[in-house]
Amino acid sequence: MSRALIHVPPRARAGEIIEIRTLVQHPMETGFRPLPEGGFVPRLILRRFECIYDGAVVFAAELHPAVAANPYIAFRLRATRSGGILFRWIDDQGAVREERAGIEVI
Amino acid sequence: MTSRRFSTALIAALIAAMTSAPASSEAGDGRRSGYLFMSPQTRAMQDDDMANPGMLTVLEGAELWSRPTGPAGRSCADCHGADGSGMRGVAARYPAFDVAEGKPVDLAGRIRKCSAEHLLIEPPAFESRPLLALMTFVAHKARGTRVTTGEDPRLSRGIETGRGLWRTRFGQLELSCAQCHDDNAGRRLGSAPIPEAHPTGYPIHRLEWQTVGSLQRRIRGCLTGVRAEPFPYGADELIALELFLMDRARGMPMETPGVRP
Amino acid sequence: MDFAALSRRRLIVTGLPALILGLSLRPAHAAPPPRTLTAMREFAGGVAPMNGRVLLDIPPLVENGNSVPLTVSVESPMTETDHVAEIALFSERNPLPDIARFRLGPRCGQAWVMTRIRLGDTQTIHALARMSDGSVRAASAELLVTLPACIEG
Ligand code: HEC
Ligand code: HEC
Repeated sequence: MSRALIHVPPRARAGEIIEIRTLVQHPMETGFRPLPEGGFVPRLILRRFECIYDGAVVFAAELHPAVAANPYIAFRLRATRSGGILFRWIDDQGAVREERAGIEVI
Repeated sequence: MTSRRFSTALIAALIAAMTSAPASSEAGDGRRSGYLFMSPQTRAMQDDDMANPGMLTVLEGAELWSRPTGPAGRSCADCHGADGSGMRGVAARYPAFDVAEGKPVDLAGRIRKCSAEHLLIEPPAFESRPLLALMTFVAHKARGTRVTTGEDPRLSRGIETGRGLWRTRFGQLELSCAQCHDDNAGRRLGSAPIPEAHPTGYPIHRLEWQTVGSLQRRIRGCLTGVRAEPFPYGADELIALELFLMDRARGMPMETPGVRP
Repeated sequence: MDFAALSRRRLIVTGLPALILGLSLRPAHAAPPPRTLTAMREFAGGVAPMNGRVLLDIPPLVENGNSVPLTVSVESPMTETDHVAEIALFSERNPLPDIARFRLGPRCGQAWVMTRIRLGDTQTIHALARMSDGSVRAASAELLVTLPACIEG
């Protein structure tokens, strides 16, 4: 099981633009790394990241092997409603990892 | 906006960031942590706990700390406290003298001993993910505390052994650690600056490794760099070098998890 | 909106170095290799990218290509009718031209993304942004990737 660090400001004014920062543990194995005994370390990367807030996917990313190990993605969102923000990462093999954070909108 | 004015703002910002960093990296006597030799980008990565990948390893260590294992179903937390707060400052005085062994033991060795003697399990392998996670968790508890290794007089022999190794020329390049890290610190080797080799950030997340690694791994890397056969993990020589380096850094603040290029 | 000022403010808040804001806008000297061009054309969907409005902020000198911090921001009101729909990053010298794509919308409030990428070599990086009206904006940056001294093995 991998770990993730999520930064969401606990409180924001309605309409305020907030910054979200995410860091998730993953080797992002490119598939281009040679093995000492020949061949390559099989590729295993996070393919997709999405952020779901107030009923919709508000930000998403498609990742390729050129994204650094332990993908770090920061972006901005407009605070609209108090509640949960869901973060989801999906790897090459379809494994899904989810993380939640809450925000209070005043 | 001219780029000149911009860089003035930048420098001001970085100085602000540096002084507010969790641990100031200068001892005040001219000794400089490897942190100060890094680019502003890499420093920023270390400074921000939300951006430092080493913090993911701290989290992993926290999980292992309280996970029951072994025939007795014990965890580290059972003896050392649930949140590990009893470990505050501990890593800043390692390697420490081990009475039973009659020689210095480093943090990896100490954790392996606790695994074998108290959890009754096969100790985690050197440089394995679980061992590094526990080391990083424990050493993070010492972040900001000052290195005291070497205060114990029983360590002086080990420190002298380490000092001897530090001055020994190794490998096909016939270079000693001291020639690079004492005589040429601050100069460049290729494009990489040569740091003073202070061990205050370990285990570190090294960008080159793309993961967390120990001080022994870092020292072995330098030995490979001079084309010497590196000492095996856990070797007395590596522990003596760790001991010498920690004593040499006495008074400097711990930074774990450090980030290095 | 003044994106340079925005970036500088962030920098003061977090200490994150947007060192070369001015320099990073240098145009690439040579044309990108064919596979990078193909990938960029495919993204642009037949529209010719225009320069301007995209700010690609990446250090000109990188200590280790395994983790290169990068920020892209696009000047846009980010409303229902006028926003950035997608941002894509392309490499000229990596094994694959695609680096990452980010889907945005009006609910982002600002078209701003920060991530860390791998670069095997000194090269030029391209950022393309597709707007809600289908137009495409572009920026590129050259950077020098250095190597650490003692590599294992
Ligand atoms: C040829 C010069 C050279 C020699 C000899 C050398 N090193 Fe290094 N060392 C470096 C460089 C350069 C770095 C910086 C990392 C890099 O980019 O590879 C480094 C990094 C280190 C670090 C990491 C410091 C930090 O901030 O994390 C330690 C510890 C270290 N060396 C210890 C040693 C020891 C112990 C020896 C002797 C066994 C040794 N080095 C021999 C050049 C050298
Ligand atoms: C059954 C109790 C017990 C368990 C379980 C245990 N330890 Fe210990 N640990 C000790 C004792 C007792 C010492 C004191 C060392 C000595 O004098 O032998 C110690 C010492 C240590 C020290 C050095 C402390 C210092 O002040 O020098 C560290 C670090 C440590 N343990 C880590 C761990 C870790 C990590 C785990 C889990 C993998 C663990 N321990 C599990 C009993 C335990």
